[in-house]
Amino acid sequence: MNEKKPEKIKKKPLSNKVWLLLSLIVALIVWYLLSLGKATGRSFPFIQKTFIESFPKMAFERKVLWKDFCSSMICVAAGFGLGFVTAIPMAFLMAWYTPVQKIIMPWINFIRNIPALAYAPLIVIMVGVGKTPAIILIWICTFMTMCVTIYGGIANIDTTLVKAARVLGAKDMDIFFRITLPATVPFIITAVRLGLGAGLTTLLAAESTGAQAGLGMRIRALSGTFESAPMLMYIIIIGIIGMLLNMLVNFIERRLTSWQEKRDQ
Amino acid sequence: MAGEERSVKLHIDNVYKEYKGEHGTTVALNGVTLDIMENEFVCVVGPSGCGKSTLLNIIAGLHEATSGTCYLDGKPITDVGVERGVVFQQYALFPWQTVLKNVMFGPQMKRLPKAECEAIARKYIKLVGLEGFENSYPKELSGGMKQRVAIARAYANNPEVLLMDEPFGALDAQTRAQLQTELLKTWEEEQKTCFFITHDVDEAILLAQRVVIMSARPGRIKRIVDVDIPYPRDQATKNDPRFLELKTEVWNEVYQEYLEVRK
Repeated sequence: MNEKKPEKIKKKPLSNKVWLLLSLIVALIVWYLLSLGKATGRSFPFIQKTFIESFPKMAFERKVLWKDFCSSMICVAAGFGLGFVTAIPMAFLMAWYTPVQKIIMPWINFIRNIPALAYAPLIVIMVGVGKTPAIILIWICTFMTMCVTIYGGIANIDTTLVKAARVLGAKDMDIFFRITLPATVPFIITAVRLGLGAGLTTLLAAESTGAQAGLGMRIRALSGTFESAPMLMYIIIIGIIGMLLNMLVNFIERRLTSWQEKRDQ
Repeated sequence: MAGEERSVKLHIDNVYKEYKGEHGTTVALNGVTLDIMENEFVCVVGPSGCGKSTLLNIIAGLHEATSGTCYLDGKPITDVGVERGVVFQQYALFPWQTVLKNVMFGPQMKRLPKAECEAIARKYIKLVGLEGFENSYPKELSGGMKQRVAIARAYANNPEVLLMDEPFGALDAQTRAQLQTELLKTWEEEQKTCFFITHDVDEAILLAQRVVIMSARPGRIKRIVDVDIPYPRDQATKNDPRFLELKTEVWNEVYQEYLEVRK
């Protein structure tokens, strides 16, 4: 994270927690002001309606919130998991064998720029409705993002390190496990972070495929009945999930790559 | 060592190397022949682009010569080998490993027992004066300390020949002087064959028994200067009248080459 340190301050700098609290207060004020306006209020009802009324409505009356949450998490986890286990070997293949890279890379870049929503129906026609197309869609998106990131990492490994290992007697296997793999870990972590983000942002497109439940599917359903308060709650929930996942990745990153030289140290 | 009959450790036989690039072929080395004796300290100086690093890489077995061969103890060099240790300018420490693990790397590659690897590593960490930093990561060390680790790592493999590619080039003047003195001391004690590349004429004369001056484009050996200043040497050697004479001599040759490159 790039925290910008205020320059040349005499006073004791505020801690990050205080800044976070301040930022939350600012957001709440903006939200409150929006909820006061006539037009903006229709889209952004304040906490009272969005959470205190909507939460029991969705969780207990309609009994869908938990189901939606679980369904979406299963799709993201499965899609991301598949994306992760396929992106790593593909990234290595591309880094090791130039023809693989030359043939595959342009298409990854081509497909990456097409919104998933556009080709979602094609997946449905292929495999039918339900969770399967959603998982496949998330798989495709997370795979492309992670593959490109990890490939970039492997391709840019400091060749001097490989040379140094070789002159110390390392064989190909030693180089893979003791140089290439650890050198790639920071890029794999970055890929995971971007992949999880891609997974969540693909959720809406993924669940447009006739899903029975899901956070994305529910938002679309609620938009049909103009229920902005529960919709806003669902949107915020997706945001919170993203934030928590990011925090988890940061935690793992600190544990695994504390050896890295940070430029802004 | 004076008067002692020494055998040829490293024989560089008519090495030619060209690179094929987008803008045609570049000749990096054009017929380099050189004999380096057992336990000899040889420095190679020359302007950037004269192929001195290429030569080192070929001796290390990291690059292949287009034609010509290098021989170690009479056997042709075809691949990297643990009997040839290399110290790189960019330190090339493994950043995810502690100092101890970095120095242990070579012995571990020989599949020695862990306790033995650690004992060897600790011995050489002590030799380079980094006791107490065994568990530090490279990012916590200064440039001079990093290069000490790299030297310890090369020594831990007990190589017969040390190949050093501008190892002190990235260090500040004081650290550089200190490491030169330490290297001299170590070499005077352990007398390994040293092939040392530098662009610093002072450094070359201070360290070497022979200074090889290379010319640029294509890289050839221009002259070999014997440094007839007795060991032990230290930084004070730089004030020796003979040192100053040799310095002027070598410097003029190198500077001419530098001007050639600039043309």
